[in-house]
Amino acid sequence: MTAMIEITKLNAWFDDNHVLKDIDISIPANGSFGLVGESGSGKSTVLRTITGLVDDWEGNILVNNKELTKKRDKTFYRLAQMVFQDPFGSLHPRHTIDRILTEPVNIHKLGNSDARVVEALKQVGLDNSFRFRYPHQLSGGQRQRVAIARALILEPKILLLDEPTSALDVSIQAEVLNLLTRLRNDLGLTYIMVSHDLAVVAHMCDDIAIMNHGRIVERATAGQLADGKLENPYSQQLFKAAGGYDRAVIDSFVDWN
Amino acid sequence: MTTDTLLSVKNLAITFSTSKGPVHAVRGVSFDLGRERLGIVGESGSGKSQTGRAILGLTAANGKITADQMQFHDLDLRNLSKRDWRKVRGARISMIMQDPKYSLNPVMTIGDQIIEAYREHHKVNATEAKRRALDMLAAVKIRDPERVFKSYPHEVSGGMGQRVMIAMMLIPDPEILIADEPTSALDVTVQLQVMAILDDLVRERGMALVFISHDLHLVSSFCDRVLVMYQGHVVEEIRASELDQAKHPYTQGLLNCLPKMDGNHAELPVLTREASWAEA
Repeated sequence: MTAMIEITKLNAWFDDNHVLKDIDISIPANGSFGLVGESGSGKSTVLRTITGLVDDWEGNILVNNKELTKKRDKTFYRLAQMVFQDPFGSLHPRHTIDRILTEPVNIHKLGNSDARVVEALKQVGLDNSFRFRYPHQLSGGQRQRVAIARALILEPKILLLDEPTSALDVSIQAEVLNLLTRLRNDLGLTYIMVSHDLAVVAHMCDDIAIMNHGRIVERATAGQLADGKLENPYSQQLFKAAGGYDRAVIDSFVDWN
Repeated sequence: MTTDTLLSVKNLAITFSTSKGPVHAVRGVSFDLGRERLGIVGESGSGKSQTGRAILGLTAANGKITADQMQFHDLDLRNLSKRDWRKVRGARISMIMQDPKYSLNPVMTIGDQIIEAYREHHKVNATEAKRRALDMLAAVKIRDPERVFKSYPHEVSGGMGQRVMIAMMLIPDPEILIADEPTSALDVTVQLQVMAILDDLVRERGMALVFISHDLHLVSSFCDRVLVMYQGHVVEEIRASELDQAKHPYTQGLLNCLPKMDGNHAELPVLTREASWAEA
């Protein structure tokens, strides 16, 4: 099976700051890959580099067997779409949901925007009454559904998900995660999901990489993560921290800076 | 109210008058607080933060508080004047907010802010106040107190900022500390380290801690007792150690909808809300 996304030796810099170091990732079509790490680990930067939001990078990124250059063209954005963390910041506050969803259709000159908007809303479980509302009239979970609908309206093959549920209450998180799982199965999507929450990634992804300071320090399958079979001391610490407040565990923490 | 009880709240209700009519943020909340760690858990809009703010007299001007009782030692918190509140707030009941980025003064050094907090309630000279502030920074496990003392809030990390907040809130030696999502903005390991510091200090000083959070698991692993709030009501009160025996469907639903690290990609159970939960 050929990979949908194949990243080799990816390095990136913010000025003099070397933020991604030799990242290698391979994801099969319809696969789901999780990147976990703490703030500053570079996990979001991987997604931002793929989607063209980081200028200074080196290495090879193959998406659907096509090598990415410094400039992304429209065909790339038909193929891969990103969903951001904060549904309060990623939707234009003065555009209606209809306009938010219509814009990408017009940019890509797909036509038939009316039917596409209705279909995209249906896919994310929102009925037509939401179409002419503004983002502030929606709850956090509904907004994130709109953000997902905006990504889906271009019928992409890949969704880049940057902490898609961390701004949501747990009961709403469950609904959005279920939606994402269903969409991947129904539409054959490929996911890269970034999260600080090991449990979310273990639930959503087949393969997982744990990042620290711009480097992948360990790779695991969801099964290995479930069994706690991690070898790197940093990822072990992250795993233990996910278990809740335990004084003995906290006293064993090492500072990885 | 037993002798160990510091604060007794009976039938607390908070109503905000808005342009769209009254909003009942908190309804019929009662609890007694002793020298313990009490968790208040709920989702956004459940009234958990408003409950905490009411104990400190920080309810916004358009909010109206009614209660059958809000007794802190011999003080009736229901009808304190602004002047009397200032003697309680900070000195005897204190609060740590969620994000140090917004709750520290950006144009004042950390040291000066801690000294201000201390001298507001204790008459000491500047040298003594500085010594106290440095001791306090050391107590929250800041490795280089002198450097942090001279720094501005933007020069320290989130975890460090939250330790500074704890230092500032604890230096007047309050009896009750209210922590409103004190670690939600932090990475998990830092979050746990900050909680450990909070735990030590609260134990050493025999303080009562009210820990407000959306994270049911974290709260139950940390606190002695948990109040679960839903739409302004306390739907369940439970010993933290007995969380797995929670009886209310809302508590059970909250626990079940969390993704688990069992390598299982099946659908997560979704919370089905019932109208009756929002009724007392």
